[in-house]
Amino acid sequence: MTIDQEIRKYPFSEAPGIDIDPVYGLLRSTEPLARVQLPYGEVSWLATRYEDVKTVLTDPRFSRAAAQGKDQPRTREEMTYEGIIGLDPPDHTRLRKLAGKALTARRVNEMREGAQRIANEYVDEMIAKGSPGDLVELFALPYPITVICELLGVPFEDRAQFRIWTEGLTSTSEQLMVYAEQLFGYMGKLVAQRREQPTDDLLGALVKARDEGDRLTEQELLSIAGVGLLLTGVETVSTHIPNFVYALLTNPELMAQLRADRSLVPAAVEELLRMIPLNPAAMFPRYAVEDIELSGITVRAGEPVLVSLPGANRDPEIFDNPETFDFTREQNPHVAFGHGPHHCLGAQLARMELQVALHTVLDRFPELSLADGDAGVSWKSGQLVRGPNKLLVAW
Amino acid sequence: MTTVDTRWTVTVDRDACIGTGVCAGAAPRQIEIRAGKASALAPETAPDEAVIDAADMCPMSAITVRDAASGALLAPEE
Ligand code: HEM
Ligand code: HEM
Ligand code: HEM
Ligand code: SF4
Repeated sequence: MTIDQEIRKYPFSEAPGIDIDPVYGLLRSTEPLARVQLPYGEVSWLATRYEDVKTVLTDPRFSRAAAQGKDQPRTREEMTYEGIIGLDPPDHTRLRKLAGKALTARRVNEMREGAQRIANEYVDEMIAKGSPGDLVELFALPYPITVICELLGVPFEDRAQFRIWTEGLTSTSEQLMVYAEQLFGYMGKLVAQRREQPTDDLLGALVKARDEGDRLTEQELLSIAGVGLLLTGVETVSTHIPNFVYALLTNPELMAQLRADRSLVPAAVEELLRMIPLNPAAMFPRYAVEDIELSGITVRAGEPVLVSLPGANRDPEIFDNPETFDFTREQNPHVAFGHGPHHCLGAQLARMELQVALHTVLDRFPELSLADGDAGVSWKSGQLVRGPNKLLVAW
Repeated sequence: MTTVDTRWTVTVDRDACIGTGVCAGAAPRQIEIRAGKASALAPETAPDEAVIDAADMCPMSAITVRDAASGALLAPEE
């Protein structure tokens, strides 16, 4: 019976560096559906097995829409408008289809050259400034911001300001409110311009969709374009670039393997995604709309379930030697981008940007090292995504 | 076009598919994920906007929907 189960405080410990708390592995084998209490909200289930995680993410009896209005398990007190991630099909489909158009594999591939050019420009500047340098400030942050600016159609002259807001959005809450407001205002202005003069960029396409047939509300439009794509599109990639480079610098055999065979880069990106969680803690609980059994335990209708993607990504039922980096896996069905209807909308863009970033680092820094050992690396703390906010490298 | 017996064909290019599960979320009555990749539950279906959505949402453009009689391409949008 569920009542006997210990209720664990969640998130678990902040494991150092790019590691994850070993308790996920323990739970996966002994308590696949754990009871957890987050800082706010009701007690929740936490699924750590690959199969259970996929079931929760795909079975329509687990709902994101049903979570709205509930005392959702969460890490912050306030609850905000959730946009696309708070909907189920078919409402979800309507929003997703529009935003997804800009981010198809074909569109993303067309952007690859542009991304490479942008990456080279920032590395040129970095090299001009001289070794050592902070890879985060000089490369990992400005590069994805500029890629998203091109995608959205932010004019070149506004990019410096745009960068201040974007970086600010991931800082402290007080500053965040100010920046969020300014950014929303600015995006509103760009939208108004596109009403006057239609454009081909992503924002133009969204405005067109909004104005023809009223398929998007104004709030949806701003939330997809302004905060949704921006925050998620920038913070995710800019966090994983230093995570990945750190993993390569601290595992020299992996770095050497990639330098020796550059065709491994796409597989390396997948393996790094599998092993290094962007956010070690689970979020966006799904609510059961009927009683459903998972790993022999009945989740009752109305109960929330969180899924641990890092737990699933190291499930020995699915992955051989799950705790080891292996760039030559034949199959790598990791769930770092989620699964099912909410599968990361930006996955193809993120993959492309990360591949380009790794190629650029390998090309332009034939002898890269940590400039000051671990003393030159500092880690984001108390933030949602985990990764270095400073990575001092020498070349 | 008569609506009564119009049928659509739904095909998945399993080489292109990367198994996101997005399509099965949008069109659960027509598409499922089998062995990690999308698969049409039946070669033909009655017209249903959900399969058009699924084809349009696939990031790899791996799903094709055609009119069974004429072979005309219905989705994805080009
Ligand atoms: C991609 C990886 C993502 C990570 C690592 C991440 C991380 C987080 C975390 C840890 C929180 C705090 C959780 C809480 O308060 O319960 C949060 C809040 C939030 N996230 Fe995400 N997130 C991601 C993607 C997204 C996406 C794609 C969206 C929407 C499109 C989104 C929308 C939100 C919203 C609206 C909140 C505020 C929730 C609230 O206050 O109730 N996030 N994010
Ligand atoms: C409208 C749709 C919104 C979306 C899609 C969204 C999305 C997100 C995402 C993806 C994150 C994670 C960022 C990261 O990992 O650094 C986040 C964090 C956060 N969001 Fe939002 N957000 C939205 C609205 C808001 C609003 C209106 C507020 C405030 C009133 C807000 C406050 C926060 C805060 C405080 C964080 C945590 C930042 C941190 O501690 O690093 N969000 N949001
Ligand atoms: C390495 C980078 C990234 C990782 C690991 C990642 C991971 C994820 C995950 C796990 C989810 C599903 C959340 C859930 O189902 O609870 C998600 C959703 C999402 N991601 Fe990402 N993401 C990344 C980059 C991006 C980028 C670059 C963008 C935008 C350009 C983006 C936009 C979104 C959006 C809009 C959703 C919500 C989709 C929906 O609800 O239908 N992500 N991401
Ligand atoms: S949406 Fe496309 S890539 Fe994803 S599972 Fe369906 S067919 Fe495969």
